[in-house]
Amino acid sequence: MNNSIGNISAIAKRELKGFFASPVAYVFIVIFLLLSGFFTFMAGFFFERGQASLKPFFDWHPWIYLFLVPAVGMRLWSEERRLGTMELLLTMPITTWQAIVGKFLASWLFLGLALFLTFPIICTVNYLGTPDNGVIFCGYVGSLMVSGAYLAITSMTSAMTRNQVISFIISVVICLFLILVGFPPVTNFLINVLRAKSGVVETITSFSIITHFDGFQKGILDMRDIVFFLSVIVFSLFSTGVIIRSHRAG
Amino acid sequence: MIKVQNLRKTFGPKVAVNGISFNVDKGEVLGFLGPNGAGKSTTMRMVTGFIPPTAGKITVGSFDIIEKPLEAKRLIGYLPENAPSYTDMTVHGFLSFCAEIRGLRGDAKKKAVSRAVEMCFLENVLYQSVETLSKGYRHRTCFAQSIIHDPEVLILDEPTDGLDPNQKHEIRTLIKRMGEKKAIIFSTHILEEVDAVCSRAIIIDRGQIVANGTPEELRSKSQSSGAVTVSVQGSSSTLVAQQVGQLSLARKVSIVSETNGRAVVRVTASEPSPDHDLARSIADLARKEGWKLEELHTEEGRLDEVFRSITRSDVKEVK
Ligand SMILES: Nc1ncnc2c1ncn2[C@@H]1O[C@H](COP(=O)(O)OP(=O)(O)OP(=O)(O)O)[C@@H](O)[C@H]1O
Ligand SMILES: [Mg+2]
Repeated sequence: MNNSIGNISAIAKRELKGFFASPVAYVFIVIFLLLSGFFTFMAGFFFERGQASLKPFFDWHPWIYLFLVPAVGMRLWSEERRLGTMELLLTMPITTWQAIVGKFLASWLFLGLALFLTFPIICTVNYLGTPDNGVIFCGYVGSLMVSGAYLAITSMTSAMTRNQVISFIISVVICLFLILVGFPPVTNFLINVLRAKSGVVETITSFSIITHFDGFQKGILDMRDIVFFLSVIVFSLFSTGVIIRSHRAG
Repeated sequence: MIKVQNLRKTFGPKVAVNGISFNVDKGEVLGFLGPNGAGKSTTMRMVTGFIPPTAGKITVGSFDIIEKPLEAKRLIGYLPENAPSYTDMTVHGFLSFCAEIRGLRGDAKKKAVSRAVEMCFLENVLYQSVETLSKGYRHRTCFAQSIIHDPEVLILDEPTDGLDPNQKHEIRTLIKRMGEKKAIIFSTHILEEVDAVCSRAIIIDRGQIVANGTPEELRSKSQSSGAVTVSVQGSSSTLVAQQVGQLSLARKVSIVSETNGRAVVRVTASEPSPDHDLARSIADLARKEGWKLEELHTEEGRLDEVFRSITRSDVKEVK
């Protein structure tokens, strides 16, 4: 057990160092902060709403992450395959899942750091009014969950190919799908135009990131939402392992 | 240390490795020879546990690579073909990472890294990014990675590829020295390396072992093995050739040159024998005939000849 934690942390450390050795990390952080600022204040009418809440801030996160998370995660395994270092890594005395988890955690930690750097906005709302900080905390947890789910999906797509662009596109498509099945215009379309039964619509929307993220935004830590995100993560990481194994088998 | 039995690997319809078996003990350096695409790298990838075999059994130390992969991998140091490494790290960062993954921490890690750096002559580039290294230095960095934990088993896929002559020599000496205490498998396309380092060599062709033996044994399979060159002063070459041709051990006699009364004749042996029988009988003959013998030389046979004559895969496919 100790051993596997040591291995995971060694891999995570290397991955994090890799992030900060390349411009990817800085570009990501700057763009993430710029975009979330832009959407919150310009497109989200943060001030005009006249409420001390971060709803306009969090509302945009699934969309901002849609492009930024695959950009961070696309190199996870495809780079490893392109360089041939996969052969080194997987002939070391570690298991494949330790490598998968280590890489995933490092990138997730990085995304968490970028998210943490948005803290001035908390200060702002607290300065301007008296928001419910519990709700804000839940919002942050939810946002982290969304980025984790996207990241795990990207990890899976990046294991499929040695081409980063392909891995980026496939993961954007999958994540977009997970957003759209719960996006109001789409659900309305299902109900009004296709006359889908409400049970069917509910089943479909239960796969949506948006539906489950909503709960967090309202300040509710619902077990079902947490389980949803965690199962997306676990399932995707598990698939990553299966894909890697099938490549090795030739 | 390494036991491989009936190893097989197929990629779809393509058979890459077809029933290979061999053992390597401690203190042995086994050379893998064979034409491109013979299955050397594939065999090594299976032994190191990177790709699972289609059939067969591999034991490293006392551990089966499929059933106890972690224990087996702990014993192995591996230099993959093309020497991959993380290009976004410095040499020092990369080696520290590899040491850490091997379970070395703190002081032990530092020592291991500096030992490997010293053995592979990497001091000059220690804090340079791997991306900017020359090919030879990259190769040495990856080689350093394979010996960082002082493994009992070393598997090296073309370890001297891309190195300059000095470095080739250093690495060969290193492999030879380490081979006294470790079990080493290495593949190469440079036949002199076999003589310089291997205690045993295997020639693989189209996924099968076609020859297996010490470098001397392999050489004796060569056509020219056991051939003798005689040079005699003051006798006519035709006479010498005729007389020698009557010896029972001689198969074919050819006149090489006749200059300044010095006749040089080359005799191939009727059967390859490393025991210099032919040379001895020629010496006896010379004594009897009163020839002024100047030189008598038995050829040892040449590895490249053996290699060419038993690995004709490409040639056969063309026909
Ligand atoms: N992943 C793979 N998928 C399909 N075929 C493969 C794969 N890996 C190897 N092969 C095939 O297996 C055969 C053996 O390849 P291998 O790399 O073991 O040759 P080698 O002896 O190392 O050659 P070289 O001297 O060129 O390094 C080749 O015909 C190769 O095309
Ligand atoms: Mg090869």
